[in-house]
Amino acid sequence: MIVELFDKIIFGFGVALSVQNLLYSLIGVLIGTLIGVLPGIGPLVTIAMLLPVTFNLAPTASLIMLAGIFYGAQYGGSTTSVLMNLPGETSSVVTCLDGYQMAKQGRAGPALAIAAIGSFFAGCVGTLLIGIAGPVLAELAIKFTAPEYFSLMLLGLVGAAVLTQGDMVRSLAMLVAGLLLGIVGADVNTGLLRFTFGIYELSDGVGFTIIGVALFAVPEIVKNLEETEQGEIYTGKVTGLMPTLVDLKASALPILRGTGIGSFFGILPGIGPITSTFCSYAVEKKLSKDPARFGRGAIEGVASPESANNAAVQCSFIPMLTLGLPSNPVMALFLGALMIHGITPGPQIMVRNPGLFWGLIASMWIGNLMLVLLNLPLIGVWVKMLKVPYRWMFPSILVLCAVGNYSVNNSSTEIYLTAAMGILGYILIKLRCEPAPMVMGFVMGPMMEENLRRSMLLSQGDPMVFITRPISLGFILATVFLIILMTIVPVIRKRRQKDDAASTGKT
Amino acid sequence: MKGESSKNVDFLAGLIFIILGLVAAITAQKSYPIGTSLNMGPGYFPMALGYILTAFGLYVMVRGLVQGQEKVQGVWGIRPIVMVSLGLAVFGLVMDLLGLVAALFALIFISALGGREFKFKEVLILAVVLSVASWGLFIYALGMPLRLFVWGK
Repeated sequence: MIVELFDKIIFGFGVALSVQNLLYSLIGVLIGTLIGVLPGIGPLVTIAMLLPVTFNLAPTASLIMLAGIFYGAQYGGSTTSVLMNLPGETSSVVTCLDGYQMAKQGRAGPALAIAAIGSFFAGCVGTLLIGIAGPVLAELAIKFTAPEYFSLMLLGLVGAAVLTQGDMVRSLAMLVAGLLLGIVGADVNTGLLRFTFGIYELSDGVGFTIIGVALFAVPEIVKNLEETEQGEIYTGKVTGLMPTLVDLKASALPILRGTGIGSFFGILPGIGPITSTFCSYAVEKKLSKDPARFGRGAIEGVASPESANNAAVQCSFIPMLTLGLPSNPVMALFLGALMIHGITPGPQIMVRNPGLFWGLIASMWIGNLMLVLLNLPLIGVWVKMLKVPYRWMFPSILVLCAVGNYSVNNSSTEIYLTAAMGILGYILIKLRCEPAPMVMGFVMGPMMEENLRRSMLLSQGDPMVFITRPISLGFILATVFLIILMTIVPVIRKRRQKDDAASTGKT
Repeated sequence: MKGESSKNVDFLAGLIFIILGLVAAITAQKSYPIGTSLNMGPGYFPMALGYILTAFGLYVMVRGLVQGQEKVQGVWGIRPIVMVSLGLAVFGLVMDLLGLVAALFALIFISALGGREFKFKEVLILAVVLSVASWGLFIYALGMPLRLFVWGK
C-alpha cells in the first residue's frame, strides 16, 4: 500500500516536473500572488477571471496552473492581511489579528515568513493526505449508485449552504436558485432546450466563466466603488525577513496543530478554511500560557491559522476529485474547469486520468515550495503592488474578465449575459445572499437531476429509495441533522446572550 | 412603509426568490413535459425546484415583513453598477463591430466613470497600457483569435 502510494506520487512528480507543467505552475503561482496581493481581490475572483485564460491549455496543464493561481492568491491574501490589515477574503481575517500587529512592531518579515513556512508544511501534509485518502474514498465511492450519489450531493450542498456565514434560509434559497441556473440549456435525456428564452448561446447552458465573473468579480468591484473611504496604503518597509530561532520554536507546535485542525475541517463540506482558521486561533489562545499576547503580535496567532487554512484548502481537493463533490465555491470552480475539459471527477478519475490526478497532487507540493522560495524574496515587489490605486486596478480586472469571457466562444452574447447577471449578482450581495451556495448549486445542478432521474428509474418511481438504502439513509440523516442543528444553535445562542444581558443588567 | 421595504433585506431577497421560483416553475409546467416520478420529463426537476424556491422566498419575505430587522447596509452603488455593466455590454458590442482596441477603450472609459474620481489623462494612459498588455497576453502569448482593429481579419 505504501510502496504503491510512493510509486504513484513519483509518477505524479514525473508529470508535474515536465518543463511545460513546471512553467505553468510557476506562472500560476506568480500571477495568483500578484493578483491576490491586490486588496479587494480574493482567490475566488482571481480564479473566476483567469479561468478562460486556462481553457486553451491541455487539461493537466490548465489544472496545474489553476491550482498555482489558487495558492498564489491565498498567499497573496495573507500578505495584505499582515501588511495592511486587509484580508483578501474571510479566511485570512484571523491572520490580520496578530499579523498586522507584528507588522506594526516592524516584524512583518518574520510574520510573512512564518505564514509561508506554516503553509508549506501544511501543504506537504495535505498533499500526502490526498494521496492516501483519495484512493480509499474512491474505493468506497465506487459502490455508490444513483441514490447514494443524490443523497451525498444533497448533503454536500445543503451542508455547504447552511454552514457558510449568513442567513441559512437565504443560503438554501440561493442554492436552489443555483441548481435552476445549472439546468439551463439542452436537457441531457431529451435534448429539449430549457430556459434559454430564445438565446441560442444558452443551449449549452450558462457559461461557467460568466457565473464566476458575474457573481464574484463584478459585485466585488462595485462594492469597493460604492464605499467612499480609501483604504490606507502601506508605506512602511519590510526588513529582517527571516524569523529568529525563538520564533521558529514558538511556531512549531502551532503549525502542527493548525495543520491537524485544517486537514480535518477541509474534508467536510462548507466548513473548510474559514472555520478552521478561527478554530485554530481559538485553540492556540486557549493553550497559550499568556493569552493576553494574542492580538498584540503573537507569532502563534499567525502560524497556526495560516497552516490550518492551507491544510483545509489542500484537503478540500479530496472530495472534489474523488467524489465530484465541491466543498466550497473555489472547488466548484475547479470542478467546472474539469468538466469543461471533458473530465468527470469521481472515483474513476484515478483510473481514467492518473496523470492528471497524481500530477495535480505533485504540482500542489511543487507550487507550495515555489511560494516559499519565490515569494519571500519577492515581498518587496508585492509591497510595491499595494501602492497601485484602485481606480487603475478595477478597469484592469474588468479587461481581464471581459476579454476572457469573450474569447471562450468568441461571442459578445457571453458579455451581455455577464453584464446582466452581474447586476443580479450585485443586488444579491447587497441583500446579503451568499453567492457561494449558488455557484455550487450551479455546478451540481445537471448531475443532481441526472442522479435523481436514475434513482427513480431504479426504484420504479418510489421516492423511498433514498431512505431504504443504508448509505443513502446515512447521508439523508446527516443532512437533516445539520439543518436542525443550524436552526437550533442560533436560537440557543440568542437566548443565552439575552440571559447574560439580563443578569448583568440586574447586578 | 415604502421607504421601509426598500431597505428591508429579507423582503427584497424574498421577492427576488419568489419571482425567480415562479418563472421557473410556471415555465417548466407549461412548456416542458413533466413526466411521471418513474420516468421524469425535462420539466419535473425544474418545476420542483421552482416551487421549492418560491416557498423559501415566501418564508423569507414574510419573515422580513414580520421582523424586518435586517437593513441593507451602506448605499446602493447605482452609478458603479450601471457603469460597470454598461462598460461590459458596450465592450461586447464594439468588439463585434470595431475590434479589441476600440472595445477596450470603451470598457475602460465607461467603467472608470463609475469610479470615485475620473482623470481623463490617467484613464487614457491606462487604456493604452492595457491595450498593449492585452495584445501581449491574449493575442501574442495565448494565441486567441481576436481582431485588434476594425481592419483586422
